Amino acid sequence: MAVIEIRGLKKSYRIYQKQEGLWASLTGLFHREYREVHAVRGIDLDVEEGEFVAFLGPNGAGKTTTLKLLSGVISPTDGEAHVMGFVPWQRTNEYRRRFALVMGQKNQLWWDLPASESFRLHQQIYRIAPEEFDRTLAELTELLDVGKLLNQPVRELSLGERMKMELIAALLHSPEVLFLDEPTIGLDVIAQHNIQRFLKHYQEHRKITILLTSHYMKDVAALCKRVVIIAKGQIMYDGSLAGIVDSFSTHKVLTLQFVDDHVPGNLGQYGELLETVPPKVKLRVDRSDISRVLSTVLADYSLEDVSVEDPPLEEVIAELFTQSSNAADVDEPEPANA
Amino acid sequence: MYSRVQTWWTILRICIEERLVYRGDFALGTLMRFLPIITQIFLWTAVYAAASRETLPGGFTKDDVIAYYLLTMVGRAFSSMPGLASGIARQIREGEIKKFLIQPIDLIGFLLLARIAHKLVYYAVAIGPFALVFFLCRDFFTDGWPEPEVFAAFVASLLMAFLLGFFLEAAIGMIGFWFLEVSSLLFVYMLFNFFFSGHMFPLNFLNAYLPDWAQPIAQFQPLQYLAYFPAAVFLGKISGPDLTLGLIAQAAWVVFFMIVCRVAMHRGFKRYSGYGG
Repeated sequence: MAVIEIRGLKKSYRIYQKQEGLWASLTGLFHREYREVHAVRGIDLDVEEGEFVAFLGPNGAGKTTTLKLLSGVISPTDGEAHVMGFVPWQRTNEYRRRFALVMGQKNQLWWDLPASESFRLHQQIYRIAPEEFDRTLAELTELLDVGKLLNQPVRELSLGERMKMELIAALLHSPEVLFLDEPTIGLDVIAQHNIQRFLKHYQEHRKITILLTSHYMKDVAALCKRVVIIAKGQIMYDGSLAGIVDSFSTHKVLTLQFVDDHVPGNLGQYGELLETVPPKVKLRVDRSDISRVLSTVLADYSLEDVSVEDPPLEEVIAELFTQSSNAADVDEPEPANA
Repeated sequence: MYSRVQTWWTILRICIEERLVYRGDFALGTLMRFLPIITQIFLWTAVYAAASRETLPGGFTKDDVIAYYLLTMVGRAFSSMPGLASGIARQIREGEIKKFLIQPIDLIGFLLLARIAHKLVYYAVAIGPFALVFFLCRDFFTDGWPEPEVFAAFVASLLMAFLLGFFLEAAIGMIGFWFLEVSSLLFVYMLFNFFFSGHMFPLNFLNAYLPDWAQPIAQFQPLQYLAYFPAAVFLGKISGPDLTLGLIAQAAWVVFFMIVCRVAMHRGFKRYSGYGG
């Protein structure tokens, strides 16, 4: 049975619209215009136990809203979801003891006290047995290499160190399901890498189910076998990272290296010229055309080297996001008066 | 049960530690509170001289009023809740309140323990200055110490004043679920509190000028239990059946605001989760 089951999940907000200026502020006291925002527009998803799934999508796509729904912070407008058999927004203590949510931009630790005090509090809130608490804390601090920082006030820690402490706080009660919302946001490359390595190791050992949202493709590539692309509140793609290119990329990049510095001028007929640095030329060629173009250029010109590559993943995804937002703009409803 | 007590104790301990981080600011703030006493002594000496009367409504002599003022300071040390309502509203506005939706912990219980910790640290700092001031002003207490049972009633009323102040102000903070900013509302509350808790002068002075229809309201309004009631009990101005009735009314208000606070929290959470966090 799936650990996370989502069926037709929808969430809309009403957002107050204010025109510019003082007059608008005054009239706003008596008559307000609202706009209905459909953050999540009917999502169906199953996540099996032990899966590490990434939510990808542009800002405002509904990723964080979905995580908030699954952790019970907000309740849906329509649809249902079960996590380990619980309905998240009923917020039973039983459920709350079995999952954790880490938000990269929100701090759960006590700012003026050492992290060890916050951990002690979590031990009590989550009723963790003392031996288990000591063992888990020792394991996590060693994995994240923060033993020396435990007794330093949280406000004096760097962003990366603080994120490590947030993760420890979230994992102390050994949650079976973990929601991570942008866990590496604002971190430098080394800190990002450390967090990724930790998450990978932890997930492989504990076999817990993790849902991650991130803007960093590197996070996703390093951690998740399964990727769900959300844009405008709907699932656009659900599959492997490599599969995205196969499903959505319409072209390939053909690189030709000529024998001498003379580059023929009529290459534009085969596809879009991306780059010309003699003796190399990069061409963007339609997928369906690639074998025909390749045999023609090999026959017509003397070439030193040829390569055919998929376009970079970031580019494919960026294109996909643009397409989806253009498509979704069409059915954006008119402002509703209230 | 044992594990629950241990949880409470841990929360209390951590909150105390957090308060102690700001001990310097705390100590200074505590000392500053005692300065107005001198002004009060001069003020009431002048008032009684100008009125050329021995007593004012409620049988308060000049010494009584100054003793009363000192006692309301004790009452307010229990019932005032600096930063409670505005803190709750801020947590709602900035989304920190989410923590209480995600973690298996009760928001009101947590706030109450944090406030007890706050008060304990305050008393630890303030007990010295309080004792000194009371010693220096001992002559204003013309009747000396009250009877043990009166003193017990005084202590009970102080503890209930703490709970009443807490639940009243926490309930105002919960309004933050509907209006993101509660500071003007809090200002209005403070204004009412200033007059009707009796912390500037005995409520007898005010009530003597109220029309008849307002008398029952004046007799049972909740704010008087924050400062006036404990002080009047100590000075023996309220005794016998009135004292019993007063304690019952105070307890009833505590229960009332406890329920209001919890209902507001539940509805607030519902609204919060419906409108997005």
